[in-house]
Amino acid sequence: MINLETPKKFRPLIEQTKQVAEHVYRPISRRYDRDEHERPKELDMLAALIDGMEEGGETGGAGAAGVKRTASANGDTGNRNGSNMSTALSIIELSAGDVGLLLAMPRQGLGNSAIASVADDEQSARFAGRWAAMAITEPEAGSDSAAIRTTAVLDGDHYVLNGEKIYVTSGERADLVVVWATLDKSAGRAAIKSFVVERSNPGMILERVEHKLGIRASDTAAFRLENCRVPKEDLLGTPDIDTKRGFGGVMQTFDNTRPLVAAMAVGVAQACLEETRRLFGEAGVEIDYENPGRDAAVAEFIAMEADYEAARLLTLEATWMADNSKPNSLHASYAKAKAGRACVDIALGCVKLCGALGYGEELLLEKWARDAKILDIFEGTQQIQLLIIARQLLKKTSAELK
Amino acid sequence: MNPTSLGLRAVRRLASNDALDRLGVRERVEKIVYRSTRDGFKAANGAGRTFVAASRLGKPARQRTAGSELFDLTPSEDQQMLQESFRDFAAARLRPAALDADAKAMAPEELLKELAELGLTMIGVPEELGGVMTERSAVATVLTAEALAHGDMGLAVAALAPGGVATALSLWGDADHQSTYLPALVGDDVPAAAIALLEPRALFDPFDLKTTAKRQGDDYVLDGIKAMVPRAAQAELLLVAARMDNGQNALFIAEDGILARPTPAMGVRAAATGEIMLEGLRVPATALLGDGDPAVYAECVRRARLAWCALSVGTAQAVLDYVIPYVNDRKAFGEPISHRQAVAFAVADIAVELEGMRLITLRAAARADAGKSFAREVALARHLCSEKGTRIGSEGVQLLGGHGYVKEHPVERWYRDLRATGVMEGGLLA
Repeated sequence: MINLETPKKFRPLIEQTKQVAEHVYRPISRRYDRDEHERPKELDMLAALIDGMEEGGETGGAGAAGVKRTASANGDTGNRNGSNMSTALSIIELSAGDVGLLLAMPRQGLGNSAIASVADDEQSARFAGRWAAMAITEPEAGSDSAAIRTTAVLDGDHYVLNGEKIYVTSGERADLVVVWATLDKSAGRAAIKSFVVERSNPGMILERVEHKLGIRASDTAAFRLENCRVPKEDLLGTPDIDTKRGFGGVMQTFDNTRPLVAAMAVGVAQACLEETRRLFGEAGVEIDYENPGRDAAVAEFIAMEADYEAARLLTLEATWMADNSKPNSLHASYAKAKAGRACVDIALGCVKLCGALGYGEELLLEKWARDAKILDIFEGTQQIQLLIIARQLLKKTSAELK
Repeated sequence: MNPTSLGLRAVRRLASNDALDRLGVRERVEKIVYRSTRDGFKAANGAGRTFVAASRLGKPARQRTAGSELFDLTPSEDQQMLQESFRDFAAARLRPAALDADAKAMAPEELLKELAELGLTMIGVPEELGGVMTERSAVATVLTAEALAHGDMGLAVAALAPGGVATALSLWGDADHQSTYLPALVGDDVPAAAIALLEPRALFDPFDLKTTAKRQGDDYVLDGIKAMVPRAAQAELLLVAARMDNGQNALFIAEDGILARPTPAMGVRAAATGEIMLEGLRVPATALLGDGDPAVYAECVRRARLAWCALSVGTAQAVLDYVIPYVNDRKAFGEPISHRQAVAFAVADIAVELEGMRLITLRAAARADAGKSFAREVALARHLCSEKGTRIGSEGVQLLGGHGYVKEHPVERWYRDLRATGVMEGGLLA
């Protein structure tokens, strides 16, 4: 039966994450935005708490990890609301707290998602409890991840990695970095594999930590890989170059994480709208949905809220499909495209509506407007999402529709 | 047949209508007929039908609320059946008839009859009153409206309007209302019926009606003008929105003495929209729906907006389905124009916004069926469907370029139709 309300069973989880957002993230939001590159120590305790909760199975995934596609274990074919949805719901609330701090959460990195999605049981056990960042982007390969130049050459029991990686979220603070490299440049996408590299590996040299527009609580690192030797068993997935499967393994991570980044965007938009509603209230303006009348500001607010609502529902739809084992690549991109652009428009719109209060650093609206922009860029830019969507709808290959 | 002769025949029928004498308003009506003819208003209800209850109900029947604990986007079996049969009908019968109906600003009677035979007016009616569903039906109506509007929005509006009245009577009518009007509305010969809510002025606000309903003895006297009423000139039964003496808005059942004039619009022309003139129209006190509860009126406004959202989703889907093969087939500079990002991204944008429109509309409808508040959700849906729907209509024409501007392709009609959402109030209900 059609129902688009948040499932009752996830309410305790949402309540918990709201508490974290309000009492852990918000009080330190401004500080770690100002003191960029300072490690938010407050998160270590929180991360330990979440680890404990996950072990007890209480969270349904409070962070960015554990998005492996799980078919219904008990074999029932009915409607399921599972971990993809609960993870997105908690990410929405945490991002409404502070998306920079969410991204800086120990052991909740994108690398952890990759490991959870493609690692075999032995690897999963070996990397359990460790914080893994993800290194894909290179100076000459951004959205075009098939063009990466970092090489991996088998030498005895090790792969030897050489190349340059940038925009590695949590690269400085993580324990592990999942590095994408090619086994054979001439073999294209199929030869691209991911390798789990110890952060302490002397062959992986930290070049710099970036200074950014937003999400400043989260460190963004650049590495140089110089004859970086990685044990053979730390390659994720199969070493075979199967041109038919192409990106298979590594891209699977993205089908699962795109809705989660959309959830971050929904969370930031939610924070902006709630704060603006509060400031409207202080200014004596109530949002009358039935009858916005001729109040331009109220009409603009409702317009933004409508985009927020569409983004939120598209995100939940994509996770619902994943939970029910329906192919959701198209809908994951719908969610990411809509949420990414809505989030930026809403954040900037709210700054405008709130005037000096929106633009100043006393409140957090201006920070959220800076944070928001990355959400329309990383894990596939707006344009990449539109390409993915257009190719599917128009049935075009990447050679035809470039 | 020209419209004047049609009007005259209607007046003749009206003149011989016993109901006029029965209600003792003949003189009043004659005066109105005389005055309004000057402005092009004619008596509606060409069929001269009177609604009489064959048997009386003891108490009103209602559909049950129905909700679910889990997030779910799968329609029920009944809903899927409705969706599929109306989708098929829309493709086979509505789409081919759309161009002509748009030009003539008139829906072919036989099409409306066929749709009535499919049970279109029964969706919102409780089973014990001749309906088909025991549970609340906003989602079912939304899915149906979407399916029909994929064929043609104007024809969909013409066909759905009587069902809106049936739904309203099912939701808010008392036992007498239900036993008097519902048998005809779910019968073989469905009367032209609609909800007359919108008024012809800029910045119209449905909560600030200028149409008044003044209490005089045992009657209410309605005064005002209603705009964009589907099939107004044929109207046999209307729910008229008016402001009462206490300042509250309410709905009144009007069946006799309805004066109408066709006012074709930019789009949804097959719905044969028209103005209704209420000049001292006298209705009995029992014509008041829902005891004049302002909450009933507010819910009517919301459900009507919901229906227009659903229509925009169907028509926007038609745009998407039409432009995809077009941009793949159309060649420029030696290759399909779909190989250009500017074109491909426009298609992707339509798909993204359309899916958002669909979900936001379904959420509001599902909340209505579950008996939850849905004022906010409808407001958000209406905004999104109005703005993105209109944008999609515009992009549809743009993607076809000059070809989109001529009537050889349906996109120019969809451009006109999609502007209706955000303008229209009332008319029909979900």
